[in-house]
Amino acid sequence: MTPGQRRRIFLAAGTGFIAFFLWGLSGLPGFGNYPGPYGPAILRVAVAQTQATGVVSAINFDYRGFDTVGEEFILFAAAAGVSVVLRRLRGERERPALDEAADRDVPPTSDAVRMVALLFAGPVVLAGWWLVSHAQTSPSGGFQGGVVLATAFVLIYLAGEFLAFRRFSPVTLTDVVEAVGAGGFAAVGLSAVLMGLPYLTNFLPPGQVPGAVSSSGTIALISFFVGLEVAAAFILIIGELLEQTLLIRRGGS
Amino acid sequence: MSVLAAAHTPYTVPVAMMDALQITILVLVAAGATAVVLIREPVRQVLALSAYGVLLAVLFLAFQAPDVTLSELTVGAVILPVILLLTLAKVRKREE
Repeated sequence: MTPGQRRRIFLAAGTGFIAFFLWGLSGLPGFGNYPGPYGPAILRVAVAQTQATGVVSAINFDYRGFDTVGEEFILFAAAAGVSVVLRRLRGERERPALDEAADRDVPPTSDAVRMVALLFAGPVVLAGWWLVSHAQTSPSGGFQGGVVLATAFVLIYLAGEFLAFRRFSPVTLTDVVEAVGAGGFAAVGLSAVLMGLPYLTNFLPPGQVPGAVSSSGTIALISFFVGLEVAAAFILIIGELLEQTLLIRRGGS
Repeated sequence: MSVLAAAHTPYTVPVAMMDALQITILVLVAAGATAVVLIREPVRQVLALSAYGVLLAVLFLAFQAPDVTLSELTVGAVILPVILLLTLAKVRKREE
C-alpha cells in the first residue's frame, strides 16, 4: 500500500467518523440536562431507604449491586490472568537481585526516597481504611480505598526492598484475602436469597441516623469486602510485576 | 441532591464562574492528553500520563463527580503509572 492510498483511506474514514460523531452529538440532551426518570427518583428515595448519605455508594452497592458484583469479578479475573501469564516459564529461573555486571548488590535506595516512603506508608493505610469504611457517608468506597491500601505496599517496597514487600504481603495471605473479598460480596447477596429475598437485597437494618458510619445495612459491609478484594488484587498484580522485573531472568548461567 | 443542598449553603458559586472553571479544565485536559501522545520517551510519557490523571481527576471534581475523582486519582495517577514503570523496567532489562 502506498502512502497516497493510505492517506485516502484515512481521509475517507476520518470524514465518515466526524460526520457520524457530529450527527450523534446533535441528538444529545443539553449540557447538564438529564432527561431520564431514574436519577431524580433515586435522589428522592435513596437516603430515606438506605440511611446512606453517600448516594453513589448506595447505587453501586445496593440498587445496582448486581452490576458491581460483575465488575468486581472482572478485577478478580484480571488478577488471576496476570498470575497465570506471568508464572515462571520453562527456561526462566529465579535469581536474587544482583547487579548484571558482577556479584554486587543492587545500588541502595536513596535515603530521601526511603524516608518519604516510610513517612507516607502509615497515613496511606489510614486513608485507605477510611475510604473503605466510609462508603455510606461520603463519595468514597471500597474500590478507591482498596487501591489506596495497595499503594501503601508499593511504598513499603520503595522504603525497603522486594523482600520487605513480600514479608508484608505474603502471596498465600493475599490470595486468601482476595478470595474472601470477592466471595464475601457474593455471599452477602446469597444470604439475602437464603432469607427468601431477591439477590443482594439490603437485608441488614439500615439504622436510624442518615450518614452515621454504622448506617446503611449491607452497603457498608459490601464496601468492606470490595476494599479487601481490590487491595489484594492490586497487591497481587504489582507483586507479580515486581517479581518479573527483579527476580526472574531468562535462561542460562 | 447536591444541587438542592448547594442552594442552601454559603458555598454557592456563580454559574458563569463555574462555566469558566469547567472550560479551563477541559482545555487543560485536552492539552495534557496531546502532551502524553507527543512525548516519545517512554518513562517521561508515563510521568506525563500520571500528571494527566491528576488533571482528569480535577475535571471530574469540577463536574460534581467526587467519587470518580477518587477512582481516577488512585488508578489513573498512581497505580497505572506504577504498573507501566514496572513493565518498562522489565522490558529494558531484557534489551540489555
